[in-house]
Amino acid sequence: MTNFLPGRSRQCGTTGLPVCFDASFFIKANAVFGVVCLLVGGIAAILLGLTRWSAVHLLNDVMYYRILTLHGIDMLIFWILFFEVAVLYFCCTSLLNSRLFSKKIGWISLVLMFIGAVMTNIMILQGKGDVLMTSYPPLMAHPLFYLGIILVAVGVLVALYNFFATIYIARRDKTYEGSMPLVTFGALAAAIIAVFTLLHGATALIPTFTWSMGWTPQPDAGWYRLVWWALGHPAQQVNLCAMVAIWYFLGAVTTGAKPLNETVSRGAFLLYILFINLASAHHLLVDPGLSASWKIWNTSYAMYLAVLASLVHGFTVPASMEVAQRLKGYGKGMFDWLVHAPWKDPGFSSVALSMIIFGFLGGITGVTLGTEQINIIAHNTLRVPGHFHTTVVGGTTLAFMGLTYYVVPLIFQREFYMKGLLRWQPYIFSIGIVVMSMGMSFAGSYGVPRRHWDVDFAGAVLPAGFDSAAHMMLGVLGIGSIVAFLGLLIFILLTVAAVFFGKSLKESKWEGWQSEAAMAKNRETYNRRDEAYEKASHNVKGTLTLVFILLLAFVVYYFANWKALTDVWFVR
Amino acid sequence: MSLHPPPKDWFVAPAGPERLWIGVGLIWCLVMFIAMPYAHFKGKQNSTGESYAVDKVQFQERVDRQVATNKVGEMNGIPIVEPSPGGDAYLVGRMWSWYPILKLKKGQEYRVHISSTDLQHGFSLLPMNMNFQVLPGYDHVLTLTPTSSGEFEIICNEFCGIGHHLMTGRIIVD
Amino acid sequence: MHMENTDNQQKHALQRLMDNPWLLLVLGVVIPTLSYTVWGWIELASMSPATLP
Repeated sequence: MTNFLPGRSRQCGTTGLPVCFDASFFIKANAVFGVVCLLVGGIAAILLGLTRWSAVHLLNDVMYYRILTLHGIDMLIFWILFFEVAVLYFCCTSLLNSRLFSKKIGWISLVLMFIGAVMTNIMILQGKGDVLMTSYPPLMAHPLFYLGIILVAVGVLVALYNFFATIYIARRDKTYEGSMPLVTFGALAAAIIAVFTLLHGATALIPTFTWSMGWTPQPDAGWYRLVWWALGHPAQQVNLCAMVAIWYFLGAVTTGAKPLNETVSRGAFLLYILFINLASAHHLLVDPGLSASWKIWNTSYAMYLAVLASLVHGFTVPASMEVAQRLKGYGKGMFDWLVHAPWKDPGFSSVALSMIIFGFLGGITGVTLGTEQINIIAHNTLRVPGHFHTTVVGGTTLAFMGLTYYVVPLIFQREFYMKGLLRWQPYIFSIGIVVMSMGMSFAGSYGVPRRHWDVDFAGAVLPAGFDSAAHMMLGVLGIGSIVAFLGLLIFILLTVAAVFFGKSLKESKWEGWQSEAAMAKNRETYNRRDEAYEKASHNVKGTLTLVFILLLAFVVYYFANWKALTDVWFVR
Repeated sequence: MSLHPPPKDWFVAPAGPERLWIGVGLIWCLVMFIAMPYAHFKGKQNSTGESYAVDKVQFQERVDRQVATNKVGEMNGIPIVEPSPGGDAYLVGRMWSWYPILKLKKGQEYRVHISSTDLQHGFSLLPMNMNFQVLPGYDHVLTLTPTSSGEFEIICNEFCGIGHHLMTGRIIVD
Repeated sequence: MHMENTDNQQKHALQRLMDNPWLLLVLGVVIPTLSYTVWGWIELASMSPATLP
């Protein structure tokens, strides 16, 4: 039973899914604002990459710290939150066959987020927020710096209300039967984590705002770190859930995959919901005042159960693709299914590359660096950005780009120009990010600090510096950042061109990234529930091989780090 | 059916390759989890977060007192202080230096008290690459035993204003 | 066709949990708040004064 108001929805010609006009407007608005933040953050990124490359050292000291603040906030907070809000609008309407709960609430959310993002950006560019994204007291920024972020946080909370309310009315109006689709469940996980995230963000930033206004005393430095990181890290876990939901979504659309076992996939999201926020503790592992017990329990996400969840998704998503591919006839040997996957479809390649980068690089380094003792040789070094650029950028942002390749034609109903070039974009971007992150990680393992303008320490009373090998790694960082920026620019410019100037697809059928025959086969495979499908679900030799290779890499990297730790001075 | 509500009977226990992978993954997770308390008791490098509430002025006074009683030299105008072996040493991070220079003996255990009298700082000892957070109001105590001798650089890796990249220090071990 | 109460009772407890977004929301906020925030807050607040020997 539908609850769409007459004339307020349409059916998508490619997926068959309903599109609510109100939700569609907010998807588009949030996606556009998100991409604007991505562009600002991206321009900041190349300037920073060319500054950390010590041989180039582009920006001066003041501008480096300023642009770094801009980069962190526009990327890690604004870009991803805007895009995720767009994803949430989609998942609670199109996938639940429901209208959006309230257009008015959608507008309130959009306006708050827009004003907030603009406000903070202006403050930073005016030099009134030279405090970096984390804005740790006693560093103090202009009150409007904090207020902008608070408004964005409140705006997202309002959008979350709309999301939960839409779920409520969908169930009330019985717009779907049984349990919600897996992708919506993933979005729900993201939304729940976002509630935790933003409530903590408000708790950290409101007293900091009132302090900057001179109304209240300075928040305690340790207390602020504890509460702020319950915004900072879980914001990235919201990304993780959204990214995995998109993996399932695009897996279905581009290969006809469906989860082998809904219980397993949902169970993994459940583990995220219950435990993933604990690991904000990663940032406080070498902090004073927090005990080893607190650090060990929280950094482990409760005995690494949330990591198990990631290992599970890292298996179920490719496994579901392997089954679909084998059913379509690519069943030869171990990896024929992978070789014949739709690598030319940027929706698929983005997701596949996102999984590889997030799994092999991001996840492994994250868990390892977040080990209480290993953190001693990693905290505040470039190893940390080396890790998170592989998760937030190579993982989440790349998956978001993949989704955009379908959102623009299907929601914006506009065709891309230069589709040939766009098929290459995920690869260009991936190579850049991987090379850059490796440069960061290796430099960081020499001790090169993050968030630091001059690792030659020119002018310091007591000289300090790094080996030339570390500087070479900073050069690798710089070169990687150039390639990544190129990949980013291709994506942004062609997306903007399509959204504003692309050929309208309202009257014509979209050509798609794969042939009509291939897409028809995908739909057919996705809908199969016959015995042949049930039998085929057990042949996932290729995926099993890949995940065991991942596990091996994990074990080696993990113990190599323990060994490296034992070479330093004794400390407790 | 990722995009559509699942069939009514979707709730089934994992089987086959999924069960195998979940089992193996769980074992690895538990290994990683046990590693930390194991290292806490048996390992020589830990971050226990031992810390006390301290007033900034109080801490600076204690640092100055140790400089007055234990000074053994100077480098580029910064005093070199030799704390008693097995005893307490005091180090302050402030915009923009680590003060004073500590002279330690290899193989000896020291209780090194680190704090800040202004903003947050990041204690980073090179080339070993040992990193700890330093907060104003917190007397962060590291029970440290140098296992190598020589001159070691301290840098700051927590942004502390425009002089952040000028902030360095030294620990000398013989 | 909609879920009867009897249907509900036949569902596994884990499935009932996963099908209940409101319970998930409460648990997802309360559990980490207690484990990470409240516990951490208590530890910071119970720091003893420095003796600086």
